[in-house]
Amino acid sequence: MDAHEQLSVLDTSCLQKFVDTLAVNGQYPLKAAGVDVLQMNICRKCNLFCKHCHVEAGPHRTEMMSKSLLEKCLDILRNNAISTIDITGGAPEINPYLEWFLDNASQLKRRLIVRSNLTLLLEDSYRHFIDSYVRNNVEIVTSLPHYKAEGTDKQRGKCAFATIIEVIKKLNARGYGKENSGLVLNLVHNPTGFYLPGSQPALAREYKSRLLKDHGVYFNDLFCITNMPVGRYLEHLQKTDSLSDYMTELVNAFNSAAAENVMCKNTLSVSYDGQLYDCDFNQMLELPTETNAHLDDFDIGTLSHRRIVLANHCYGCTAGSGSSCQGSTEKSEK
Amino acid sequence: MHYYEKKDLADFPNIGEWTSEEAQKFFDYYTKATGDGKLSEREKTLIALAVAATQNCPYCIDAYTNKCLSLGVDKEEMMEVFHVGAAMMAGITLAHSTQMRKIVKKKEL
Ligand code: SF4
Ligand code: SF4
Repeated sequence: MDAHEQLSVLDTSCLQKFVDTLAVNGQYPLKAAGVDVLQMNICRKCNLFCKHCHVEAGPHRTEMMSKSLLEKCLDILRNNAISTIDITGGAPEINPYLEWFLDNASQLKRRLIVRSNLTLLLEDSYRHFIDSYVRNNVEIVTSLPHYKAEGTDKQRGKCAFATIIEVIKKLNARGYGKENSGLVLNLVHNPTGFYLPGSQPALAREYKSRLLKDHGVYFNDLFCITNMPVGRYLEHLQKTDSLSDYMTELVNAFNSAAAENVMCKNTLSVSYDGQLYDCDFNQMLELPTETNAHLDDFDIGTLSHRRIVLANHCYGCTAGSGSSCQGSTEKSEK
Repeated sequence: MHYYEKKDLADFPNIGEWTSEEAQKFFDYYTKATGDGKLSEREKTLIALAVAATQNCPYCIDAYTNKCLSLGVDKEEMMEVFHVGAAMMAGITLAHSTQMRKIVKKKEL
């Protein structure tokens, strides 16, 4: 399904448009309140082909951020007080300039995050990234949909769970996930079916005790992320005739407090070709920022107060405890 | 029209339509009783699923199956909950045979 079709399917499956729900709650229009995070989607190619992937990433994709655009990002970061650099993909390690970028970005002394599926890091040509992550004090975020193999493998593919655990063991041995080591490893839980994630603290407790008991591994925080009705997940919802139930669940769970904290208020997302978006989901739905901004005309003043471009997939960010790349957005949850 | 319809579950928050004060007190109590306490929310959710099963309540089975999933409970664990419910119901039924046997014994010559 192309982006246009996805948006129209989302339109017909919601009884009330997201912008109308915001308006009823006096929250429309939604405006950014700064740019604290630059989330860079540096390639759409991935060694995995996960069922919930909103990027529709996979081994067949070719989109890749060039070295010159990565340099441009470094320039922008150097010249603007953006506190967090958040690198995502696809599998970011597949971009041949990632290591070079990390060595340069770490000198800016910002919070440096890589969203890695970890499964490449056992391969000869990629295992050196563990050194690169340690050297550059990279905060690693990895998705582990369930603390048992069955749920994780169903979503991410055969043997994904065992491989991820294997790599976490290696990361733990280097200090990742250990209190006060300064090396942060955070896990992401996202539901392995068509339902919303439960309470983040409850799931974090369960993950911590099960992973330690069953596999002897540990991590820092667990982020609960709602599966967004975008990309491959949207297709699965449609194929299984679950779309309208799922959207109804998201709409009924609308939480205006979560809408106050949506991540687009402080995040800017850049795609492999330098186009700017309010978030990675808007990027996949081809909904650029309201001024159609590009890295070439980066103006933090305008971008910091931009009006966010919204559509019905945004219900995924405002349901229940809220959802963002940093997990649930409900402040009291942490 | 069926007596039970899936969409009616969404009407649960409206049970206070004509008695809002009582409903508010019930919801406060419900939230407190089923939330994290000395027992975790997960443990309480499993208990709630067992009660839903034994009371044959389709709304609660729907709600608590979803809540179990959202808390990471897997299907084998949920099936064990149903067996606990079934065993309890069988045990309760059989324990009541005491009444029957007492009466029969009293009536025998
Ligand atoms: S969810 Fe992540 S790991 Fe899975 S296919 Fe998408 S980009 Fe790759
Ligand atoms: S989907 Fe993107 S634009 Fe919509 S609320 Fe979430 S972060 Fe904001």
